[in-house]
Amino acid sequence: MKEFKVVPIRNGTVIDHIECGMALKVLRIIGVSGTNVQSPVSVLMHVPSSKTGFKDVVKVEDRELDTKEVDKIALISPRATINIIRDFNVAEKMKVSLPDVVKGIVRCGNPSCITNLREPVEPEFTVESRNPPVLRCIYCDRILEDIAEHLQ
Amino acid sequence: MNFKGKDIVSIRDLSREDIDQVLDLAERMIPYAKGEIFTKALDGRILANLFFEPSTRTHMSFSTAMSRLGGRTMEMAHPSMMSVAKGETLTDTIRMVESYSDVIVLRHPHEGSARLAAHFSSKPVINAGDGAGQHPTQTLLDLFTIRREFKRIEDVKVALVGDLKYGRTVHSLAEALTMFGAEVTFVAPANLQMPRETVRQVEKLGGKPKLTSKLEEVIKEVDVLYVTRIQKERFPDPAEYQKIAGVYRIDNDLLREAKRDLIVMHPLPRVDEIAPEVDGTEHARYFVQAFNGVPVRMALLLLVLGGEL
Ligand SMILES: Nc1ncnc2c1ncn2[C@@H]1O[C@H](COP(=O)(O)OP(=O)(O)O)[C@@H](O)[C@H]1O
Ligand SMILES: [Zn+2]
Repeated sequence: MKEFKVVPIRNGTVIDHIECGMALKVLRIIGVSGTNVQSPVSVLMHVPSSKTGFKDVVKVEDRELDTKEVDKIALISPRATINIIRDFNVAEKMKVSLPDVVKGIVRCGNPSCITNLREPVEPEFTVESRNPPVLRCIYCDRILEDIAEHLQ
Repeated sequence: MNFKGKDIVSIRDLSREDIDQVLDLAERMIPYAKGEIFTKALDGRILANLFFEPSTRTHMSFSTAMSRLGGRTMEMAHPSMMSVAKGETLTDTIRMVESYSDVIVLRHPHEGSARLAAHFSSKPVINAGDGAGQHPTQTLLDLFTIRREFKRIEDVKVALVGDLKYGRTVHSLAEALTMFGAEVTFVAPANLQMPRETVRQVEKLGGKPKLTSKLEEVIKEVDVLYVTRIQKERFPDPAEYQKIAGVYRIDNDLLREAKRDLIVMHPLPRVDEIAPEVDGTEHARYFVQAFNGVPVRMALLLLVLGGEL
C-alpha cells in the first residue's frame, strides 16, 4: 500500500520533482487559477526528495498535459517528471526535456528586441545549456535572464 | 564559404576563413575604392539603403562602395516619416523593398532587426547596425585596418579603451581579434568595463585578456589603441563624466610614452576622446579606418551578389 500525503487520484497527472518554489509557476503554466477547475488540484511544496533534497509536487485530476505545457515546465524545472495516473497507478512516466530550440513559449526579456514589437514572428531561442536552462534569443543575441517571468 | 546570396547579420556567423576571404578581396578593392581604376562588376544591380536611424559613415560608405562597383543605390525618402511612424512593420517594409532591389542594407534602432529582415528577405541582408546589437561591417573594417597596418593580426597587442560595457560592436571586435590571435587589453573605468560574458567568451577562444582602468599601465606595450566614445548619458553626475572623459582622453602627452608604430583607431564620430593635435601625428589612423569601410563593403557586396571583377 502506497502512502500519500494527499488523497490518491484515480485519473490525472502528477508533476513530480519540480524545483523547490516553482509549484505555483507550474500551476500558472497549466492554467490553474483556483476558480477555473472542476477537479481537485493538490500542491505540495518543499517535500523531501531522495534525488534533489527538496522538491515541489503538483497533482491534477482528470487532466493530461499538452506538449506546450510540458515544454514550459521543462524551462523552469528541467528535472521534473510527468506521471500519468490511470486507475490509481502510474501508467506512464516521462522526464520533461528541453528541445534544442525553444520557439513561441517565452518572450525575449530585452525590451528593445525586435520580437517585442508588432512583428509577425514567434520569439525563438537556442538552448545554450540545460540545467539550469540558458536561452539565447536568436534575434537580439541576448541571454534571457528570468525565464519564468517571460513565459507566454 | 560561398557568400552568394548570404546574409551578413553578425560577425559570429563568419569563420576565420570567411573573414580572411572578405579581407583578401577588400585588399584587391583598394585601387577601385580610391577611384584609381574602374569596374562595372555590379552593373545593373540595385542596393536598397534602409537607414531607420541616422548614420554618416556607414550610410555613405555603402553608397560609395556600390557606386564604385558600377551598381546603383536606392534610398528611403523620409526614413523617419516612413514605416516606423506610419506603423508599418519592418517585416512589411522588407517584403516590399526586397522586390525593388538586389541587396538590402539595414540600420535599425531595434536589436535583432537584421536577423528578422534576413528571415523574411530572399535577397541578401547586410546588417549596418541594429541598435545596441551587431555591426559586422564595422568589425570587418577594424580587422582590415589592423591587418593592413601590421601585415598580420596575430600577436598584435590591442587595447580597447573607453566604454566597453554597452557597445556590442566592441564586444564582437574583442572576440574577433582573439579569434585571429591578437592580444587584447580592456581599459575602462570600473562601471564601463567589459561585461563578464564577453571576457569569458574571449577566454574560451584562447585569449588572456588583461583588464585595467589605467591607460598609463599599458600605453608602453600596445600596438593599437582602439578608442571608443564614453557617453555622457552613462553618468548620472556630469562632474563624474568630465573626470572620466579627461582620464581617457588621448593626446600627444600620453602618446610620447607609446611605441613609435602604435596606431590610434576610433570608429568615429569622436567627441573629446582624441585631441585634434593627434590628427597630424604618425599615430592617427581613424580616417584611414573610415576609408577602409569602402573596400571592405565593396568586397562584401561583390561576394553576396556573386559579381565578377
Ligand atoms: N494514484 C496516485 N495519486 C496521487 N499521486 C500518485 C498516485 N500514484 C503515484 N503518485 C505520485 O506520483 C509520483 C510518481 O510515483 P512513482 O512512480 O510511484 O514514484 P517515483 O517517481 O518516486 O519512483 C510520486 O510523487 C507519487 O507520490
Ligand atoms: Zn531578443
